[in-house]
Amino acid sequence: MRNNSVRAIALAAALPLVALTACTTTDPSVTETTGAGTGSPAASSPASQDWFDQALYDTQNQQRSATFEGDPEQPYLQYIAGAMTDTSKFAAQGPQKVCFANASISNPWRQTGWITMNQQLKALQGSGVISEMETRDAKDNDNTQIADIDYFIAEGNCGAFVISPNSTAALTQAVERACQTGKPVVVFDRGVETKCATTFIHPIGGFAWGIDTATFLSEKLQSGDKVVALRILPGVDVLEHRWAAAKKIFEEKGIQATDYFTGADPTEIKKIISDELATGDVKGVWMDAGDGAVAALEAFEDAGKPLPVMTGEDEMSFLAKWKQTGIDAMAPVYSNFQWRTPLLALEKIFKGEQIPAEWVLPQEPILVDELDEWLQRNEGMPGGHYAKFGGEDLDGYPEVWQQRQIP
Amino acid sequence: MSTALNSDRSAILKQNRASRSERLLRAMRTPGGAVFILLIGLLAAIIVLNPSFGEPSSFIRFVGRTAPIAIAAIGQYFVIVGGEFDLSMGSVVTMQVIVAGNLIGQDDSKVIPVLVLMLVLGAFIGLVNGLITTLLQVPSFIVTLGMMLALLGLVLYWTGGAAQGNPADSFRQIGRGGIRDVPVLDIIPYPVLILTALAVAAFILMRRPFGRMLIAVGDNPAAAALAGSRVWWVRTRAFMISSLSATVAGILLVGYAGVHPSVGRGYEFTAITAVVLGGVVLGGGRGWVLSAAAGAFALESLFTLLNFMGVPATWRDTVQGAIIIIAVAAASQSWQRKRKGASSAAHDEQHQLAAAPPPAEGTEQGGERV
Repeated sequence: MRNNSVRAIALAAALPLVALTACTTTDPSVTETTGAGTGSPAASSPASQDWFDQALYDTQNQQRSATFEGDPEQPYLQYIAGAMTDTSKFAAQGPQKVCFANASISNPWRQTGWITMNQQLKALQGSGVISEMETRDAKDNDNTQIADIDYFIAEGNCGAFVISPNSTAALTQAVERACQTGKPVVVFDRGVETKCATTFIHPIGGFAWGIDTATFLSEKLQSGDKVVALRILPGVDVLEHRWAAAKKIFEEKGIQATDYFTGADPTEIKKIISDELATGDVKGVWMDAGDGAVAALEAFEDAGKPLPVMTGEDEMSFLAKWKQTGIDAMAPVYSNFQWRTPLLALEKIFKGEQIPAEWVLPQEPILVDELDEWLQRNEGMPGGHYAKFGGEDLDGYPEVWQQRQIP
Repeated sequence: MSTALNSDRSAILKQNRASRSERLLRAMRTPGGAVFILLIGLLAAIIVLNPSFGEPSSFIRFVGRTAPIAIAAIGQYFVIVGGEFDLSMGSVVTMQVIVAGNLIGQDDSKVIPVLVLMLVLGAFIGLVNGLITTLLQVPSFIVTLGMMLALLGLVLYWTGGAAQGNPADSFRQIGRGGIRDVPVLDIIPYPVLILTALAVAAFILMRRPFGRMLIAVGDNPAAAALAGSRVWWVRTRAFMISSLSATVAGILLVGYAGVHPSVGRGYEFTAITAVVLGGVVLGGGRGWVLSAAAGAFALESLFTLLNFMGVPATWRDTVQGAIIIIAVAAASQSWQRKRKGASSAAHDEQHQLAAAPPPAEGTEQGGERV
């Protein structure tokens, strides 16, 4: 009898806890649409309202159809005309040392870019622009990267800084400190909240990605159809912007979109899709990055359900699966060739040439009519390779990328 | 007084002579049995929320995808019931996934050799964990934590933390495929068959001398050593079973999901939660192996239920944490009561036997104690 009472007490204690979790957590998805900021504890999961920025949305929407200066054969040097920075004060004689504070190489997109960057580095070392590049990898950690930058400032003996920030707000002050050294600072990929850098290099951005993908899906689907949105992780501006834009469009078009964080773990992705398929039909899959796209499609195959309309990324594994299954899909591109640009920008800076203050690179999605071309251009590349890596003219092509020789 | 005692004794007698169904009912009241009721309750709740989940073909797929974590839980059970922990499990899974991805590639002929290599590697890691724990007397918590970090570092070094290509499809069939065109079920996934085989093997193993000895070692290693069992070798074998089961889970996960450095992340804690939820006592000596597997299913069902209820996955860790605490509290309360209850009854009996002249029918009642 005592056993029973103890268990009853334990269960009674457990129930409200579980119930509590259930109650408070169903809130955010509801309040998110009506407007966050009711001050409930559930607001800890970042509501996309926080990330939505109408002005930036409109700018990027326009930039999708902008004309780019420069040679389309060298997209990594193209830019949208705008304010230029005069770099004559940075003009330097002889090869310079570059210090690179990298957020991480923990995803295939960053790895592909890192390989390309190193081949570009070899080319510039050969032409006597750069003597060496010292790199510190922050392994996705803000604190590590701040320490890395401070180390470079104190003892790096750097001729120039290249910074790929791990997160936006946290790295702002460290970037400012680097600017105060009077050396050129090139920021690329994710942004920071200061304009002190000599140039900030990035493709058009997350809102453009979100507009491209969500418009594609809502054109192919009907109002009321279900879309599963697979997101890698919260809190990174380029990723949050993608979802903020897509969410807005899905809501406008009456598409039912449910979003999940997957950590790019294929096991998670498969579970999420299987559960969603068990609840009802899923017509579309939206991804904020292509890592794991294949697992998502396999979940449909395993469940014996019709394949969805899908947006992935220009990662080879997705492109190959797209070709093989013949699904209705598109591959948004977050231009991987941007990893070349910082070093090429430094070449111009050391010469004292003018460069764009904000260097906006082209960002063109791959549509079905270009699929074959991109598959052919990247034949023999591994699954984690990105089609628009832009390093075809560099030494070591294609072996270095095919064997994924990560320095 | 003596009438009360008599009824107490006859209760014990009745317990031991109870029919099969009564004994089953009693087993269901222990933490190790209650998990089965919890599991049935959770599954019922899921089906109420979402009837299509109850269709045989989607249910068997659910079993299939839960098989890797259930297998990991079975492996973790051996270590926990022997009084230790294995925190390296998740990293072993990740490492094996990467090994499969990198060494097999698209070459079908390498499937068997690499499979063998993976099993040898798994057994070796368990051996190292076990020997350092038992012979060097380093707490298993530290040994396996160190092993977890060492393997994770190796994986990061090897992959840079990003996904690699998937291995040949023939290898992935183990975790992804199944026997097709089965009536009613539509498909029997291979992972379900592998899980069934391993569960039966584990069940039998726990009834063999090794299993008995392992429980004795977990309950009281000093007593077990005095009784002549080689404690170090019993525990080391438990660690090897754990690493091997992590290896099997890894093989299934490569098939199910594909190669990614995040596969296997957090597996050790999910497995420990499952084992604890199955009513197995941390610190060893008590618990049933199949309850550990049931714990894994209950945990996954709970996550699925939360998912269907629209609870964001970000809350999953919180739920898992709450479960560990509640389950351990409930189990220890329950086992303690049982132990206290049993021993106090026994003491009363002895008291009575020593103090007063035994009643006429006392002999036949006294002999039948638990």
